Amino acid sequence: MIQAIQTKELVKRYKSITAVDRLNMEIRQGELFALLGVNGAGKTTTIKMLSGLTKPTEGEVFVGGHDIIKETEQVKRLIGVSPQETAVAPNLSTKENLELICGIHGFPKDKTQARIRALSDELGLDSVLPRKAGKLSGGWQRRISIAMALISEPKILFLDEPTLGLDVLARHELWKTIRALKGSATIILTTHYMEEARELSDRIGIMRDGRLLAVGTVEELKAMANTDDFETAFVSIVQEGVV
Amino acid sequence: MRMMTFAKRCAREILRDPINLGFGLGFPLVLLLLLSTIQANIPVSLFEIDTLTPGITVFGLSFMTLFAATLIAKDRESALLQRLYTTPLRGLDFILGYMLPLLPISLGQTAICYLTAIPLGLTVRIQILYAVLGTIPMAIFHIALGLLCGSLLGVKQVGGICGALLTNLSAYLSGVWFDLALVGGAFQKAANVLPFVHAVEMEKALFHGDFRASAIHALPIVLYGTVITAVAVHCFLRQMKKQ
Repeated sequence: MIQAIQTKELVKRYKSITAVDRLNMEIRQGELFALLGVNGAGKTTTIKMLSGLTKPTEGEVFVGGHDIIKETEQVKRLIGVSPQETAVAPNLSTKENLELICGIHGFPKDKTQARIRALSDELGLDSVLPRKAGKLSGGWQRRISIAMALISEPKILFLDEPTLGLDVLARHELWKTIRALKGSATIILTTHYMEEARELSDRIGIMRDGRLLAVGTVEELKAMANTDDFETAFVSIVQEGVV
Repeated sequence: MRMMTFAKRCAREILRDPINLGFGLGFPLVLLLLLSTIQANIPVSLFEIDTLTPGITVFGLSFMTLFAATLIAKDRESALLQRLYTTPLRGLDFILGYMLPLLPISLGQTAICYLTAIPLGLTVRIQILYAVLGTIPMAIFHIALGLLCGSLLGVKQVGGICGALLTNLSAYLSGVWFDLALVGGAFQKAANVLPFVHAVEMEKALFHGDFRASAIHALPIVLYGTVITAVAVHCFLRQMKKQ
Protein backbone atom coordinates (compact mmCIF):
# COMPACT_ATOMS: atom_id res chain seq x y z
CA MET A 1 0.00 0.00 0.00
CA ILE A 2 1.25 3.51 -0.86
CA GLN A 3 1.74 5.56 2.29
CA ALA A 4 -0.01 8.94 2.27
CA ILE A 5 3.26 10.51 3.36
CA GLN A 6 6.75 9.14 3.66
CA THR A 7 9.89 11.02 4.66
CA LYS A 8 13.42 9.70 4.45
CA GLU A 9 16.23 11.32 6.44
CA LEU A 10 14.52 14.69 6.08
CA VAL A 11 16.59 17.67 7.22
CA LYS A 12 15.95 21.42 7.25
CA ARG A 13 18.70 23.79 8.26
CA TYR A 14 18.53 27.57 8.55
CA LYS A 15 22.19 28.65 8.61
CA SER A 16 23.53 27.10 11.84
CA ILE A 17 20.11 26.03 13.17
CA THR A 18 18.78 22.58 12.39
CA ALA A 19 14.98 22.94 12.49
CA VAL A 20 14.28 19.35 11.41
CA ASP A 21 16.84 16.65 11.94
CA ARG A 22 16.84 13.34 9.99
CA LEU A 23 13.11 12.82 10.10
CA ASN A 24 11.91 9.36 9.05
CA MET A 25 8.15 9.10 9.16
CA GLU A 26 5.33 7.20 7.50
CA ILE A 27 1.72 8.33 7.63
CA ARG A 28 -0.94 5.88 6.52
CA GLN A 29 -3.77 6.72 4.17
CA GLY A 30 -6.93 7.84 5.98
CA GLU A 31 -5.41 8.27 9.43
CA LEU A 32 -5.32 11.38 11.57
CA PHE A 33 -1.72 11.84 12.56
CA ALA A 34 -0.71 14.46 15.10
CA LEU A 35 2.73 15.99 15.41
CA LEU A 36 2.98 16.93 19.06
CA GLY A 37 5.72 19.04 20.56
CA VAL A 38 6.53 22.20 22.46
CA ASN A 39 7.15 25.48 20.62
CA GLY A 40 10.21 25.27 18.40
CA ALA A 41 10.07 21.48 18.12
CA GLY A 42 10.03 21.65 14.30
CA LYS A 43 6.37 20.81 13.69
CA THR A 44 5.54 23.77 11.44
CA THR A 45 8.79 23.42 9.48
CA THR A 46 7.92 19.76 8.93
CA ILE A 47 4.42 20.67 7.67
CA LYS A 48 5.93 23.34 5.41
CA MET A 49 8.26 20.78 3.87
CA LEU A 50 5.50 18.17 3.51
CA SER A 51 3.24 20.68 1.75
CA GLY A 52 5.96 21.94 -0.59
CA LEU A 53 6.22 25.39 0.97
CA THR A 54 9.79 24.92 2.14
CA LYS A 55 12.50 23.04 0.31
CA PRO A 56 14.26 20.41 2.42
CA THR A 57 18.01 20.82 2.93
CA GLU A 58 18.48 17.06 2.70
CA GLY A 59 16.37 13.95 2.42
CA GLU A 60 13.25 12.95 0.55
CA VAL A 61 9.50 13.49 0.92
CA PHE A 62 6.85 11.50 -0.90
CA VAL A 63 3.26 12.74 -0.75
CA GLY A 64 0.68 10.38 -2.24
CA GLY A 65 3.61 8.59 -3.85
CA HIS A 66 4.88 11.79 -5.53
CA ASP A 67 8.28 13.30 -4.88
CA ILE A 68 7.67 16.74 -3.38
CA ILE A 69 10.66 18.27 -5.19
CA LYS A 70 10.27 16.74 -8.64
CA GLU A 71 6.46 16.48 -8.77
CA THR A 72 5.35 19.57 -6.89
CA GLU A 73 2.40 20.28 -9.21
CA GLN A 74 0.96 16.76 -8.74
CA VAL A 75 1.36 17.12 -4.97
CA LYS A 76 -0.43 20.51 -5.00
CA ARG A 77 -3.49 18.84 -6.52
CA LEU A 78 -3.61 16.32 -3.67
CA ILE A 79 -3.26 18.54 -0.65
CA GLY A 80 -5.13 21.18 1.34
CA VAL A 81 -3.37 23.38 3.89
CA SER A 82 -4.76 25.37 6.78
CA PRO A 83 -1.81 27.45 8.06
CA GLN A 84 -1.17 28.38 11.68
CA GLU A 85 -2.33 31.96 11.07
CA THR A 86 -5.94 32.53 10.04
CA ALA A 87 -5.37 32.71 6.30
CA VAL A 88 -8.62 34.15 4.98
CA ALA A 89 -9.32 37.09 2.66
CA PRO A 90 -10.82 39.56 5.19
CA ASN A 91 -12.90 41.75 2.86
CA LEU A 92 -14.46 38.77 1.11
CA SER A 93 -17.51 36.97 2.45
CA THR A 94 -17.18 33.39 3.62
CA LYS A 95 -18.84 32.23 0.39
CA GLU A 96 -16.47 34.33 -1.72
CA ASN A 97 -13.47 32.91 0.14
CA LEU A 98 -14.64 29.40 -0.72
CA GLU A 99 -15.36 30.42 -4.33
CA LEU A 100 -11.85 31.83 -4.56
CA ILE A 101 -10.26 28.47 -3.77
CA CYS A 102 -12.67 26.63 -6.10
CA GLY A 103 -11.79 29.05 -8.92
CA ILE A 104 -8.08 28.59 -8.31
CA HIS A 105 -8.55 24.82 -8.57
CA GLY A 106 -10.46 25.33 -11.82
CA PHE A 107 -13.83 24.03 -10.61
CA PRO A 108 -16.83 24.79 -12.87
CA LYS A 109 -19.66 26.87 -11.38
CA ASP A 110 -22.02 23.98 -10.60
CA LYS A 111 -19.28 22.01 -8.83
CA THR A 112 -18.29 25.12 -6.88
CA GLN A 113 -21.83 25.66 -5.64
CA ALA A 114 -22.24 21.96 -4.82
CA ARG A 115 -18.99 21.94 -2.80
CA ILE A 116 -19.97 25.10 -0.92
CA ARG A 117 -23.37 23.58 -0.07
CA ALA A 118 -21.79 20.32 1.08
CA LEU A 119 -19.11 21.97 3.21
CA SER A 120 -21.55 24.47 4.60
CA ASP A 121 -23.69 21.59 5.86
CA GLU A 122 -20.70 19.62 7.11
CA LEU A 123 -19.06 22.49 9.00
CA GLY A 124 -22.19 24.48 9.89
CA LEU A 125 -21.21 27.55 7.89
CA ASP A 126 -24.68 28.47 6.66
CA SER A 127 -25.17 31.46 8.95
CA VAL A 128 -21.81 33.04 8.05
CA LEU A 129 -21.74 32.43 4.29
CA PRO A 130 -22.77 36.01 3.38
CA ARG A 131 -20.70 37.65 6.14
CA LYS A 132 -17.27 39.22 5.64
CA ALA A 133 -14.63 36.77 6.92
CA GLY A 134 -12.57 39.51 8.55
CA LYS A 135 -15.49 40.54 10.77
CA LEU A 136 -16.03 37.05 12.23
CA SER A 137 -14.66 35.68 15.51
CA GLY A 138 -11.38 33.76 15.66
CA GLY A 139 -13.24 30.45 15.98
CA TRP A 140 -15.29 31.09 12.85
CA GLN A 141 -12.24 32.23 10.92
CA ARG A 142 -10.46 28.98 11.82
CA ARG A 143 -13.45 27.02 10.63
CA ILE A 144 -13.49 28.95 7.36
CA SER A 145 -9.75 28.38 7.04
CA ILE A 146 -10.31 24.64 7.36
CA ALA A 147 -13.21 24.80 4.91
CA MET A 148 -10.92 26.58 2.42
CA ALA A 149 -8.39 23.79 2.82
CA LEU A 150 -11.10 21.15 2.35
CA ILE A 151 -13.08 22.59 -0.53
CA SER A 152 -10.78 21.24 -3.22
CA GLU A 153 -11.46 17.70 -1.89
CA PRO A 154 -7.84 17.08 -0.89
CA LYS A 155 -6.64 13.56 -0.28
CA ILE A 156 -4.25 14.91 2.35
CA LEU A 157 -5.11 17.74 4.72
CA PHE A 158 -2.56 19.68 6.77
CA LEU A 159 -3.84 21.52 9.84
CA ASP A 160 -1.11 23.58 11.48
CA GLU A 161 -2.05 24.36 15.10
CA PRO A 162 -5.75 24.59 14.19
CA THR A 163 -6.97 25.65 17.64
CA LEU A 164 -4.11 27.96 18.62
CA GLY A 165 -5.41 31.03 20.44
CA LEU A 166 -9.01 29.85 20.63
CA ASP A 167 -11.02 29.80 23.84
CA VAL A 168 -12.04 26.47 25.30
CA LEU A 169 -15.54 26.48 23.78
CA ALA A 170 -14.34 27.37 20.31
CA ARG A 171 -11.64 24.70 20.63
CA HIS A 172 -14.17 22.00 21.48
CA GLU A 173 -16.39 23.13 18.59
CA LEU A 174 -13.45 22.85 16.21
CA TRP A 175 -12.57 19.41 17.56
CA LYS A 176 -16.07 18.27 16.61
CA THR A 177 -15.43 19.58 13.10
CA ILE A 178 -12.08 17.82 12.83
CA ARG A 179 -13.51 14.56 14.18
CA ALA A 180 -16.23 14.72 11.52
CA LEU A 181 -13.53 14.91 8.84
CA LYS A 182 -11.84 11.70 9.94
CA GLY A 183 -11.92 9.09 7.22
CA SER A 184 -12.60 11.54 4.38
CA ALA A 185 -8.92 12.42 4.03
CA THR A 186 -5.56 11.74 5.61
CA ILE A 187 -5.11 14.49 8.18
CA ILE A 188 -1.81 15.71 9.55
CA LEU A 189 -2.27 18.02 12.48
CA THR A 190 0.34 19.86 14.50
CA THR A 191 -0.37 20.86 18.05
CA HIS A 192 1.28 21.58 21.35
CA TYR A 193 -1.89 20.74 23.27
CA MET A 194 -1.63 17.20 24.63
CA GLU A 195 -5.38 16.98 25.13
CA GLU A 196 -5.94 17.83 21.47
CA ALA A 197 -3.55 15.18 20.22
CA ARG A 198 -5.06 12.60 22.57
CA GLU A 199 -8.68 13.43 21.67
CA LEU A 200 -8.31 13.55 17.92
CA SER A 201 -5.45 11.40 16.69
CA ASP A 202 -5.12 7.84 15.52
CA ARG A 203 -1.36 8.09 16.01
CA ILE A 204 0.91 10.71 17.47
CA GLY A 205 4.49 11.65 16.64
CA ILE A 206 6.33 13.44 19.43
CA MET A 207 8.95 15.97 18.32
CA ARG A 208 11.66 17.88 20.14
CA ASP A 209 14.50 19.97 18.72
CA GLY A 210 13.62 18.91 15.19
CA ARG A 211 13.75 15.21 15.97
CA LEU A 212 10.95 12.69 15.99
CA LEU A 213 11.35 10.99 19.35
CA ALA A 214 8.48 8.53 19.32
CA VAL A 215 5.48 7.47 17.23
CA GLY A 216 2.45 5.50 18.30
CA THR A 217 -1.12 5.50 19.54
CA VAL A 218 -1.87 7.12 22.89
CA GLU A 219 -1.80 3.69 24.52
CA GLU A 220 1.46 2.73 22.85
CA LEU A 221 3.13 5.97 23.93
CA LYS A 222 1.95 5.48 27.51
CA ALA A 223 3.28 1.93 27.44
CA MET A 224 6.62 3.17 26.06
CA ALA A 225 6.95 5.58 28.98
CA ASN A 226 5.59 3.03 31.42
CA THR A 227 2.81 5.23 32.73
CA ASP A 228 -1.00 5.45 32.66
CA ASP A 229 -1.06 9.20 32.13
CA PHE A 230 -0.52 10.62 28.64
CA GLU A 231 0.86 13.93 29.89
CA THR A 232 3.42 12.12 32.04
CA ALA A 233 4.29 9.95 29.05
CA PHE A 234 4.83 13.02 26.88
CA VAL A 235 7.02 14.73 29.48
CA SER A 236 9.00 11.57 30.04
CA ILE A 237 9.59 11.02 26.31
CA VAL A 238 10.56 14.66 25.71
CA GLN A 239 12.83 14.90 28.76
CA GLU A 240 14.61 11.63 28.18
CA GLY A 241 15.05 12.38 24.49
CA VAL A 242 14.58 8.87 23.15
CA VAL A 243 12.45 6.05 24.53
CA MET B 1 -8.89 31.49 -15.49
CA ARG B 2 -6.99 30.85 -12.23
CA MET B 3 -5.24 34.17 -12.51
CA MET B 4 -8.53 35.96 -13.21
CA THR B 5 -10.12 34.39 -10.11
CA PHE B 6 -7.24 35.69 -8.03
CA ALA B 7 -7.34 39.10 -9.77
CA LYS B 8 -11.07 39.39 -9.03
CA ARG B 9 -10.40 38.68 -5.39
CA CYS B 10 -7.66 41.36 -5.26
CA ALA B 11 -10.00 43.93 -6.87
CA ARG B 12 -12.69 43.16 -4.30
CA GLU B 13 -10.24 43.47 -1.40
CA ILE B 14 -9.09 46.89 -2.59
CA LEU B 15 -12.48 48.32 -3.53
CA ARG B 16 -14.15 47.14 -0.32
CA ASP B 17 -11.62 48.90 1.88
CA PRO B 18 -13.15 52.27 2.86
CA ILE B 19 -9.72 53.71 3.69
CA ASN B 20 -8.54 52.91 0.16
CA LEU B 21 -11.55 54.62 -1.34
CA GLY B 22 -11.25 57.59 0.99
CA PHE B 23 -7.58 58.21 0.27
CA GLY B 24 -7.29 56.96 -3.27
CA LEU B 25 -10.30 58.68 -4.69
CA GLY B 26 -11.40 61.19 -2.09
CA PHE B 27 -8.07 62.87 -1.38
CA PRO B 28 -7.22 63.85 -5.00
CA LEU B 29 -10.76 65.20 -5.41
CA VAL B 30 -10.53 67.22 -2.21
CA LEU B 31 -7.22 68.68 -3.41
CA LEU B 32 -8.75 69.51 -6.78
CA LEU B 33 -11.64 71.35 -5.16
CA LEU B 34 -9.44 73.08 -2.57
CA LEU B 35 -6.79 74.29 -5.00
CA SER B 36 -9.45 75.44 -7.47
CA THR B 37 -11.02 77.49 -4.69
CA ILE B 38 -7.63 79.00 -3.83
CA GLN B 39 -7.05 79.81 -7.51
CA ALA B 40 -10.38 81.62 -7.67
CA ASN B 41 -9.28 83.91 -4.85
CA ILE B 42 -5.72 84.82 -5.88
CA PRO B 43 -4.63 87.20 -8.62
CA VAL B 44 -1.87 84.98 -10.14
CA SER B 45 -2.41 81.80 -12.14
CA LEU B 46 -0.98 79.18 -9.82
CA PHE B 47 -3.55 76.43 -9.99
CA GLU B 48 -5.31 76.91 -13.33
CA ILE B 49 -7.73 74.02 -13.71
CA ASP B 50 -6.36 73.00 -17.15
CA THR B 51 -2.86 72.51 -15.72
CA LEU B 52 -3.87 71.48 -12.21
CA THR B 53 -6.10 68.56 -13.24
CA PRO B 54 -3.45 66.59 -15.17
CA GLY B 55 -1.10 67.05 -12.19
CA ILE B 56 -3.69 65.87 -9.68
CA THR B 57 -4.44 62.75 -11.74
CA VAL B 58 -0.73 61.85 -11.70
CA PHE B 59 -0.59 62.51 -7.95
CA GLY B 60 -3.58 60.18 -7.49
CA LEU B 61 -1.66 57.36 -9.14
CA SER B 62 0.79 57.26 -6.22
CA PHE B 63 -2.01 55.68 -4.19
CA MET B 64 -1.84 52.62 -6.47
CA THR B 65 1.55 51.87 -4.88
CA LEU B 66 -0.04 52.04 -1.46
CA PHE B 67 -2.98 49.82 -2.48
CA ALA B 68 -0.80 47.13 -4.07
CA ALA B 69 1.85 47.14 -1.34
CA THR B 70 -0.70 47.05 1.50
CA LEU B 71 -2.63 44.16 -0.05
CA ILE B 72 0.49 42.05 -0.68
CA ALA B 73 2.02 42.79 2.72
CA LYS B 74 -1.29 41.89 4.43
CA ASP B 75 -1.57 38.68 2.42
CA ARG B 76 1.97 37.75 3.43
CA GLU B 77 1.42 38.51 7.11
CA SER B 78 -1.96 36.77 7.33
CA ALA B 79 -0.47 33.65 5.65
CA LEU B 80 -3.11 33.82 2.93
CA LEU B 81 -0.28 33.84 0.40
CA GLN B 82 1.28 30.85 2.12
CA ARG B 83 -2.00 28.99 1.70
CA LEU B 84 -2.26 30.02 -1.95
CA TYR B 85 1.33 28.91 -2.62
CA THR B 86 0.15 25.35 -1.92
CA THR B 87 -2.51 25.61 -4.67
CA PRO B 88 -1.99 25.29 -8.45
CA LEU B 89 -1.47 29.09 -8.78
CA ARG B 90 1.94 29.91 -10.27
CA GLY B 91 4.25 32.88 -9.85
CA LEU B 92 2.95 34.72 -12.91
CA ASP B 93 -0.66 34.21 -11.78
CA PHE B 94 0.14 35.99 -8.51
CA ILE B 95 1.98 38.86 -10.18
CA LEU B 96 -0.69 39.51 -12.81
CA GLY B 97 -3.44 38.90 -10.27
CA TYR B 98 -2.08 41.68 -8.08
CA MET B 99 -1.21 44.09 -10.89
CA LEU B 100 -4.06 43.84 -13.40
CA PRO B 101 -7.02 44.93 -11.20
CA LEU B 102 -5.21 48.15 -10.30
CA LEU B 103 -5.03 49.28 -13.92
CA PRO B 104 -8.80 49.79 -14.39
CA ILE B 105 -8.95 51.24 -10.85
CA SER B 106 -6.29 53.82 -11.77
CA LEU B 107 -8.04 54.62 -15.05
CA GLY B 108 -11.34 55.01 -13.19
CA GLN B 109 -9.71 57.31 -10.65
CA THR B 110 -8.22 59.46 -13.41
CA ALA B 111 -11.52 59.63 -15.30
CA ILE B 112 -13.37 60.70 -12.13
CA CYS B 113 -10.79 63.46 -11.55
CA TYR B 114 -11.32 64.83 -15.06
CA LEU B 115 -15.12 64.56 -14.76
CA THR B 116 -15.02 66.43 -11.43
CA ALA B 117 -12.86 69.13 -12.99
CA ILE B 118 -15.35 69.86 -15.80
CA PRO B 119 -17.86 71.77 -13.62
CA LEU B 120 -14.86 73.59 -12.11
CA GLY B 121 -14.05 75.02 -15.54
CA LEU B 122 -11.90 72.38 -17.25
CA THR B 123 -11.94 72.78 -21.03
CA VAL B 124 -13.87 69.85 -22.47
CA ARG B 125 -12.00 68.37 -25.40
CA ILE B 126 -11.35 64.96 -26.97
CA GLN B 127 -7.76 65.06 -25.63
CA ILE B 128 -9.15 64.28 -22.17
CA LEU B 129 -9.58 60.70 -23.41
CA TYR B 130 -5.93 60.56 -24.51
CA ALA B 131 -4.88 62.03 -21.19
CA VAL B 132 -6.83 59.36 -19.29
CA LEU B 133 -5.21 56.58 -21.34
CA GLY B 134 -1.84 58.33 -21.08
CA THR B 135 -1.70 57.59 -17.36
CA ILE B 136 -1.24 53.86 -18.08
CA PRO B 137 2.62 53.84 -18.16
CA MET B 138 2.84 55.79 -14.89
CA ALA B 139 0.12 53.61 -13.36
CA ILE B 140 2.17 50.52 -14.24
CA PHE B 141 5.22 52.13 -12.63
CA HIS B 142 3.30 52.81 -9.41
CA ILE B 143 1.64 49.38 -9.33
CA ALA B 144 5.01 47.66 -9.87
CA LEU B 145 6.50 49.79 -7.10
CA GLY B 146 3.67 48.53 -4.89
CA LEU B 147 4.48 44.94 -5.82
CA LEU B 148 8.10 45.60 -4.90
CA CYS B 149 7.32 47.27 -1.56
CA GLY B 150 4.71 44.64 -0.67
CA SER B 151 7.24 41.87 -1.35
CA LEU B 152 9.89 43.44 0.87
CA LEU B 153 8.09 45.33 3.63
CA GLY B 154 5.62 44.58 6.41
CA VAL B 155 2.17 46.20 6.68
CA LYS B 156 3.33 48.92 9.10
CA GLN B 157 6.39 49.80 7.01
CA VAL B 158 4.24 49.95 3.88
CA GLY B 159 1.94 52.45 5.59
CA GLY B 160 4.86 54.73 6.43
CA ILE B 161 6.92 54.38 3.28
CA CYS B 162 4.25 54.13 0.59
CA GLY B 163 1.48 55.99 2.40
CA ALA B 164 3.35 58.98 3.77
CA LEU B 165 6.82 59.20 2.25
CA LEU B 166 6.16 58.18 -1.37
CA THR B 167 2.93 60.13 -1.86
CA ASN B 168 4.58 63.30 -0.51
CA LEU B 169 7.87 62.84 -2.34
CA SER B 170 6.16 62.08 -5.65
CA ALA B 171 4.01 65.18 -5.21
CA TYR B 172 6.90 67.53 -4.33
CA LEU B 173 9.09 66.14 -7.11
CA SER B 174 6.38 66.33 -9.74
CA GLY B 175 5.95 70.08 -9.94
CA VAL B 176 2.22 69.88 -9.23
CA TRP B 177 2.25 72.17 -6.20
CA PHE B 178 4.97 74.57 -7.31
CA ASP B 179 7.22 75.27 -10.27
CA LEU B 180 10.41 73.25 -9.81
CA ALA B 181 12.43 76.09 -11.33
CA LEU B 182 11.54 78.20 -8.28
CA VAL B 183 13.63 75.85 -6.13
CA GLY B 184 16.18 75.05 -8.84
CA GLY B 185 19.60 73.53 -8.13
CA ALA B 186 19.99 69.94 -7.01
CA PHE B 187 16.30 69.63 -6.20
CA GLN B 188 15.29 70.41 -9.75
CA LYS B 189 18.02 68.13 -11.16
CA ALA B 190 16.89 65.26 -8.93
CA ALA B 191 13.27 65.83 -9.92
CA ASN B 192 14.20 65.71 -13.60
CA VAL B 193 16.03 62.41 -13.15
CA LEU B 194 12.95 60.82 -11.54
CA PRO B 195 9.76 59.97 -13.47
CA PHE B 196 7.21 62.03 -11.49
CA VAL B 197 7.69 65.39 -13.18
CA HIS B 198 7.80 63.72 -16.59
CA ALA B 199 4.49 62.01 -15.86
CA VAL B 200 2.89 65.37 -15.06
CA GLU B 201 4.41 67.04 -18.12
CA MET B 202 3.33 64.14 -20.34
CA GLU B 203 -0.19 64.32 -18.97
CA LYS B 204 -0.33 68.10 -19.53
CA ALA B 205 1.03 67.66 -23.08
CA LEU B 206 -1.56 65.00 -23.89
CA PHE B 207 -4.35 67.18 -22.51
CA HIS B 208 -3.21 70.03 -24.72
CA GLY B 209 -2.77 67.73 -27.74
CA ASP B 210 1.02 68.09 -27.91
CA PHE B 211 1.90 64.50 -28.78
CA ARG B 212 5.55 65.23 -29.59
CA ALA B 213 6.19 66.62 -26.10
CA SER B 214 4.23 63.79 -24.53
CA ALA B 215 6.39 61.21 -26.35
CA ILE B 216 9.59 62.83 -25.05
CA HIS B 217 8.32 62.69 -21.47
CA ALA B 218 6.97 59.14 -21.94
CA LEU B 219 10.46 57.71 -22.46
CA PRO B 220 11.79 58.02 -18.86
CA ILE B 221 8.43 56.79 -17.51
CA VAL B 222 8.54 53.65 -19.67
CA LEU B 223 12.17 53.09 -18.69
CA TYR B 224 11.45 53.43 -14.97
CA GLY B 225 8.32 51.30 -15.36
CA THR B 226 10.24 48.51 -17.07
CA VAL B 227 13.09 48.47 -14.55
CA ILE B 228 10.82 48.65 -11.49
CA THR B 229 8.54 45.92 -12.90
CA ALA B 230 11.54 43.63 -13.51
CA VAL B 231 12.92 44.24 -10.00
CA ALA B 232 9.46 43.81 -8.44
CA VAL B 233 8.83 40.50 -10.24
CA HIS B 234 12.26 39.25 -9.16
CA CYS B 235 11.68 40.23 -5.52
CA PHE B 236 8.17 38.77 -5.44
CA LEU B 237 9.33 35.44 -6.86
CA ARG B 238 12.27 35.45 -4.45
CA GLN B 239 10.04 35.90 -1.40
CA MET B 240 7.70 33.24 -2.84
CA LYS B 241 10.60 30.81 -3.10
CA LYS B 242 11.70 31.70 0.44
CA GLN B 243 8.34 30.47 1.76
